[in-house]
Amino acid sequence: MSRIWKLGDNINTDIIIPGRYNVTTDRAQLAKHCLCEVLPEFAPQVQPGDVMMAGHNFGCGSSREHAPASILGCGVKVIIARSFARIFYRNAVNIGLPALVCEEAVLASNDGDNIEVNLERGEITNLSTGQTFQSEPLDPFVARIVQAGGILEHIRLEGTLR
Amino acid sequence: MGTLTEEIFSHKLGRPVHAGETIVVEVDHVMSHDTTTPLAIEAFQKLADQTGGKVFDRSRSHLIFDHIIPAATIQAAGLHRQTRNFAREQGLEILQQGICHQVMPEMGFVTPGAVIVGADSHSCSYGAFGAFGTGMGSTDIAVAYATGRAWFRVPETINVHLTGQLQPGVYAKDAALEVVRRVGVDGANYRALEFTGELIENFSMSERFTFCNMAIEMGGKAGLIAADETTRAWLTGRTEAKYPMLRVHEPRYERVFEIDASTLTPQIACPPDVNNVVPVAEVTSVKLDQVFLGTCTNGRLDDLAIAASILKGRRVHPETRMVIIPASREIQLEALRLGYIQTFIEAGASVGTPGCGPCIGRHFGVLAPGERALTTMNRNFTGRMGDPTAEIYLGSPATVAASALTGYITDPRDYL
Repeated sequence: MSRIWKLGDNINTDIIIPGRYNVTTDRAQLAKHCLCEVLPEFAPQVQPGDVMMAGHNFGCGSSREHAPASILGCGVKVIIARSFARIFYRNAVNIGLPALVCEEAVLASNDGDNIEVNLERGEITNLSTGQTFQSEPLDPFVARIVQAGGILEHIRLEGTLR
Repeated sequence: MGTLTEEIFSHKLGRPVHAGETIVVEVDHVMSHDTTTPLAIEAFQKLADQTGGKVFDRSRSHLIFDHIIPAATIQAAGLHRQTRNFAREQGLEILQQGICHQVMPEMGFVTPGAVIVGADSHSCSYGAFGAFGTGMGSTDIAVAYATGRAWFRVPETINVHLTGQLQPGVYAKDAALEVVRRVGVDGANYRALEFTGELIENFSMSERFTFCNMAIEMGGKAGLIAADETTRAWLTGRTEAKYPMLRVHEPRYERVFEIDASTLTPQIACPPDVNNVVPVAEVTSVKLDQVFLGTCTNGRLDDLAIAASILKGRRVHPETRMVIIPASREIQLEALRLGYIQTFIEAGASVGTPGCGPCIGRHFGVLAPGERALTTMNRNFTGRMGDPTAEIYLGSPATVAASALTGYITDPRDYL
């Protein structure tokens, strides 16, 4: 059982982690400032395994990998959004932070609800309402990266990028 | 047969490639800067036992310092040192003469038909040369440094067709803001943008750069303009490389936007989203604490020339600070030779070292709580220039220069 932290549309990378904190590569350090401008209670209260939910275009803006790294550093298990900005989506998948697209689940869930996510099947259950949702299927190439746990692990398995 | 993106990838792979396919491509150049390189180094080192620990090709791997240069904090200096050590190990030179996206073309690395990946979202700017440039995160870039390859889902393309000519006092930036207003902040997500039409064909390389630079502000994976004689002329003397002059062939666009540029007026993007665009006349009551001219969007010689013509013999308003940062040393030297820098200093502006400056809110003009700035940047996001309660407005170099004189957002046509 995990808590949903729900965000709106167009959450950009400056909101996820302001540029002035991108002075380290340490995920635990980055995590301390995750969403600090808009949701200051998030970083101190988030629990390992919690789920982040967002509207459209999550992660738009800069290519900074510090953004998904800070979310991963917070222990977030998966991000579910109505849509993701492209660079953020790649970065999340590459570093092993699952990102699912599921319009219905986002629209039918509230901040603070309890949720269960089966990553293998893309099955999302809102335990507070009892509703179950199916996320959009992954691109086959992306699915291989996710399955490996990130692009570096994927390359390790395959020997190179192919 | 296809869009410029499809033509580039087809040329690269030697077979027809279509939107929707996922492909692995050999990239022509890879770039990362002082903020994104440290994370890339960590990922690169994790692949070392498999890939030999050396970059795939030193002549095509580029480390550039621009985000916090010279280092403003001890932490930034530490990250710079980490990257310098990496550069030494790899036998790479660190380029430190300006903003990465300006330096890459100046060095002749950006040529028509090339595929270039950069660990910076504004790597889409390279599309101004008919190249496929796109921004990626540090791990993707580490993979590219190690293997010389990147994977792409070949994007669908949105065509923005611009006809007519801009009126005096209206510039490429105003037209680019109008495009963002029309397409929306995620209207081109996962897609390429292709800019065509009479307006684009008549644009200088600098103006094309302003346009393609803003593609990511619509979510665009790339923003492209087909190379022509203007492109070839700019590249002459900068590269000996042979490059293909690729053209579209019966392209299938997902969507087409038609814009008549002759009806446009100076535009302002209001905080906190780039598509929050209004005519300058609607925001002339906004009082400004700071104005900033520079960045990869508008820090080139023509931008400085417009500002110098407005600032010449005048003084920046005493309650407004003006920061001006040329995009590269090459531009700075030329501006010095032409007297622009002297004009700026005499007007009371602070002229900074070529680089990103306050665009990423870490030095050289950070904003206090509640302050308002008008800038030539590409982003007006909350907290980008400092305190999260500060507000960022975006406009053309002319609008920024005119506003510096009055201390309020000002229509530049009154100062031409």
